[in-house]
Amino acid sequence: MTKLENFSKGIIKENPVLVLVLGTCPTLATSTNVMSALGMGIAATIVLLCSNIVISALRKVIPDKVRIPCFIVLIAGFVTMVQMLVKAFAPELDQSLGIYLPLIVVNCIILGRAEMFAQKNSVIDSAIDGLGMGAGFTLTLVLMGTIREVFGSGTFFGLPIPVLADHNVSILTMAPGGFFVFGLLIALVNKLSPDKAKKKQFGCAGCPSAELCQGKNCGEVEADG
Amino acid sequence: MAKLIIILLSAVFINNYILSRFLGICPFLGVSKKLDSAAGMSLAVIFVMMIATAVTWPIQMFLLNPNNLGYLQTIVFILVIAALVQLVEIVLKRYIPALHKSLGVYLPLITTNCAILGVTILNIDEGYTFLEAMVNSLGSGLGFMLAMIMFSGVRSKLEGADIPKSFKGLPITLVAASITSLSFMGFGGVIENMFK
Repeated sequence: MTKLENFSKGIIKENPVLVLVLGTCPTLATSTNVMSALGMGIAATIVLLCSNIVISALRKVIPDKVRIPCFIVLIAGFVTMVQMLVKAFAPELDQSLGIYLPLIVVNCIILGRAEMFAQKNSVIDSAIDGLGMGAGFTLTLVLMGTIREVFGSGTFFGLPIPVLADHNVSILTMAPGGFFVFGLLIALVNKLSPDKAKKKQFGCAGCPSAELCQGKNCGEVEADG
Repeated sequence: MAKLIIILLSAVFINNYILSRFLGICPFLGVSKKLDSAAGMSLAVIFVMMIATAVTWPIQMFLLNPNNLGYLQTIVFILVIAALVQLVEIVLKRYIPALHKSLGVYLPLITTNCAILGVTILNIDEGYTFLEAMVNSLGSGLGFMLAMIMFSGVRSKLEGADIPKSFKGLPITLVAASITSLSFMGFGGVIENMFK
């Protein structure tokens, strides 16, 4: 796999949100407008990049049995740093992301990439993987944020759009709209890549607990069979 | 007392963790396929939410805040929750094997569940007292359970439905979740006005 493929797989082929279906909570919660979607995407990308680099560098040091707690501590450290930076330099973003900023710790994308990629690959590959996955996450969030903000409140980055501003569908900026737009986007991805449509059940691939539960809890085993 | 009831009811209906705050979507989409696993998972979530709040609230108030270590909140809370889940599992296995049998498989999944970390952080952010924080955790857990169980019913209806091919699986589940969430919006404003 070339470096470019490694980067671009995160954006399209293995898009963390639309194909691997990881990190759904922040996707739904912070995509109410473009600004907070972009902020969330960038914050998560920074954490993902840093954690991928450090975990990959330490992959021979961390004992296999305690790797998940180690990963969580590392990730929590980076999240705290990002949290402090955002609080200091972008207090408005801190307000709009609220609780979802510290919750990057439990974002499945980050732990999932640590499990699936960083602990098996070199530092440079892991960094590229982190950037690619982060870019895929950010682009998807911005796409959803654009749809929800343009049609939901008739603005883009806070600037009003002539006709839509008077005829907005405000339900899109609320909770049901989030589920709806996300469902439509995944259906669109299914339509465009029909061969993968069968695998679109919630996957165990990225779930850090998969080893322990072996698909017993989410019906994954059943769905395959 | 009225305040406690308002906190409880709004945590269950208005600020429902899944349907309006978007926390714990992974188990909501993953485990809600069958009623018994949905119920088992939600019971485990209620249990861990209560214990996590009972432990993290005193840590924040009596350990972190007096020493100006508030910024360590994220790291400390996630570690405490992870350790707690392990501990609970060991204790249950040793002393209450029957309960371990029914909740045990769900416990490891809960460590990385954003609903648990979310409820502990929100309890601090909202400035609740210990009692209010416990009530809020109970309400959040019950709301989680309500959404999970309701939705497992919706999903069993979806199984046999004839839907477009590209909507099969996750997309239709999300659209159904959207409608369920819409129905919960009807509760908005009801509970604040109940005691006036």
